[in-house]
Amino acid sequence: MKHKSFFWFVLPSSIAMLLFIFFPILSVLLQSVFTEHEQVIKEVRNCGPFGCQTTTSIDQEATAALREAEPLGRFVGLGVYFDRGHLALSEVAQLWRESAGLGAFFDRLLNLPFYKAIAFTLTYTFVVTPLTIVLGFVIAVAVNSAARAIRGPLIFVSLLPFIITPLVGSLVLFWMLDARGIIGSAMQVLADDPDLSVKASTPLMWTMLMVYGVWHSAPFAFIVYYAGLQTVNQDTLEAAMVDGASRWERIRYVVIPHLLPITTFIALIQLMDNFRVFEPIVSFSAQAHATSLSWAIYNDLSGETRQLSSAAATSFLTIIGVAILLSPVIVRTYRDFTRK
Amino acid sequence: MSFMKTTALASVLAVTGTAVLADCPVTEGRLSLVGNEFPAIQSVAALAQECMGEGTEASANLTADHQKINVAGMSGNPAEYTSAIIANSSIVALINEDVIRPLDDLIAEYGQDIPDLQKITIDGQVMAIAFMANAQTLVYRADVLEQIGVDVPETYEEVLEAAEMIREQGIMENPLGGAYAAGWNLAEEFVNMYLGHGGQFYEAGTPQVAINNEAGVKTLEMLKALSEYMNPDYLTHDSNATSAEWEAGNVALMNMWGSRSGVLMDEEGSEPQVYENTKVAPPLTVDGGDIPASTLWWDGWTVAKNISDEDAAATFQALAHATSPALLNDKTMGEAVWLIDGYEPAPVNEGVLAATRMGTQPYPMLPYQGLLHTALGDNIADYLQGNETAEQALSDIEAAYTAAAQEKGFLN
Repeated sequence: MKHKSFFWFVLPSSIAMLLFIFFPILSVLLQSVFTEHEQVIKEVRNCGPFGCQTTTSIDQEATAALREAEPLGRFVGLGVYFDRGHLALSEVAQLWRESAGLGAFFDRLLNLPFYKAIAFTLTYTFVVTPLTIVLGFVIAVAVNSAARAIRGPLIFVSLLPFIITPLVGSLVLFWMLDARGIIGSAMQVLADDPDLSVKASTPLMWTMLMVYGVWHSAPFAFIVYYAGLQTVNQDTLEAAMVDGASRWERIRYVVIPHLLPITTFIALIQLMDNFRVFEPIVSFSAQAHATSLSWAIYNDLSGETRQLSSAAATSFLTIIGVAILLSPVIVRTYRDFTRK
Repeated sequence: MSFMKTTALASVLAVTGTAVLADCPVTEGRLSLVGNEFPAIQSVAALAQECMGEGTEASANLTADHQKINVAGMSGNPAEYTSAIIANSSIVALINEDVIRPLDDLIAEYGQDIPDLQKITIDGQVMAIAFMANAQTLVYRADVLEQIGVDVPETYEEVLEAAEMIREQGIMENPLGGAYAAGWNLAEEFVNMYLGHGGQFYEAGTPQVAINNEAGVKTLEMLKALSEYMNPDYLTHDSNATSAEWEAGNVALMNMWGSRSGVLMDEEGSEPQVYENTKVAPPLTVDGGDIPASTLWWDGWTVAKNISDEDAAATFQALAHATSPALLNDKTMGEAVWLIDGYEPAPVNEGVLAATRMGTQPYPMLPYQGLLHTALGDNIADYLQGNETAEQALSDIEAAYTAAAQEKGFLN
């Protein structure tokens, strides 16, 4: 393609990406390196139905003057990134000096909000992604070998968890898991422990969140694999059958190699999606047991006093995290591309 | 907490005042409300909209998520919302962002009948008009207490004793309830209990937090002792889930909002044995203190800053009318503890009235309290689950608050 036609060809999408991806990210970056002005506090006397009290309030006139002088706020550089709510550099250094061993160090590291969130986020990502891929593949192969007449309904039913809004799907599961819900009660009977409660135990809660994650995203892997299965070369399959390959051998040596590029695609999408795990934590009310980076952003913004810079810094750290996570896959794809 | 104040409140609540109405209908201007969604606020919003006459605009957006949209909706010029209905914690965000206007000139012109009790004065300027009071108080099951032969508890220590007896006698496995969901609810329980222990949140007059002390430790220990008699899922139970547990008959004693107690005593949602025996009592004290382990709240309305004088006048008149004695009738009377002349308390409101009489502290109206509330909500659960000591939890809370306060410019 000529350079000129290439330019005109990609121009519309470049403009869209610039407007809707690049500029918003730039604005988040800007937001994260500026914070609010130092607040001018004055003592005031407040009265209301419950009497009068001497308390403090923000001096609006003084603040307005500060805002006028520096409309973006106070420049703090990477200050917010390094504070206790995020990378907590000085706290981590102190823990490293004080902790007796590596175990004690990690134990106390997980007490810091960012590391607590990243621990769950990474565990979730690396457990849910492979399980989703395996389960999606198994369902796809199973549906593909079902009789044609029932395939339509089967596909629809298999896709249901993906169609249901995540918030609703996880709420349904949440109430079923309640100590008085159908799954919760069944687990109590099976384990012969009347006090067993999924919501009260951190390991069970983590497990439940991951089970939910696999349940929700396996249909995505399924439908992509199912589409891929339709393109498997039938001649090769028949040749393998003539050579006496068993069903497993056909899958292992013909189908799986054929679907490998698709697997890379699913892995990419799932890594990104799972790293941003959020909805199940909210609907499971799981914040006492598990937090994620996305949940931390939400928490910063939903308090009575919104912490915009903190949320922006966590957002940017999430972008960096996704980039690191995807780098091996992207490097591989690039190599494959340049080799050809 | 002065004697004067509580008697003043009690007398206003009891005496029927002279009803003077604002000028209704309003003939020009715009009213656009944003606020929380519960029966009392719905009644106020409906009456305010009725007051807007022909040729005016009137709308109301009542939602549980009002706090997430009111600052943004009032920041523009002209502001989308001409008024936000808020409580003593959420007015702080509006004041911090400077989006509401002082009401003194409007009061002089249109609101001379508004009693001083309803005026929320900050630094000499009236910033909001309160119309109802709220507090968390004890709710108990009379039949269960009778069965174990115990009087209505007045302290948290007595609650623990009663809970042990109920469990021992096999009446209920988890006899205590409470909105202990990690986050805002759990933080609110800490605030209640800490004030009950006579604690101070900050070093006097500064935003420097100071909760890692004896009162803080005792507060956490009491919360944990109570949680041991609760449904094991307590860290996921907000006010709604706790009310559901109550209506299911699983709970005999709990600390619950006055505005939510009426629902527990009606015939819907529970067996007669539960709702007939559901009674409301004054808030509890703790550790031998006299100040209840609870906080007082008011709900009130404000007027946006970035709107025309005409719209501000219309909004003020409509809302002044909607929170005047014209509001009170058979239907609305029991919806809340109104701060309006002519209000006659119903039995369900006894708890909140007792809370005002007992000198319960109002929830702190400080520009940085929201940050501490968030830090509390994020860090208490670790202690309750036995992952760390009380001192460690308190120092985590202080550190989390300090980082947030530095970012917001309250601390250096």
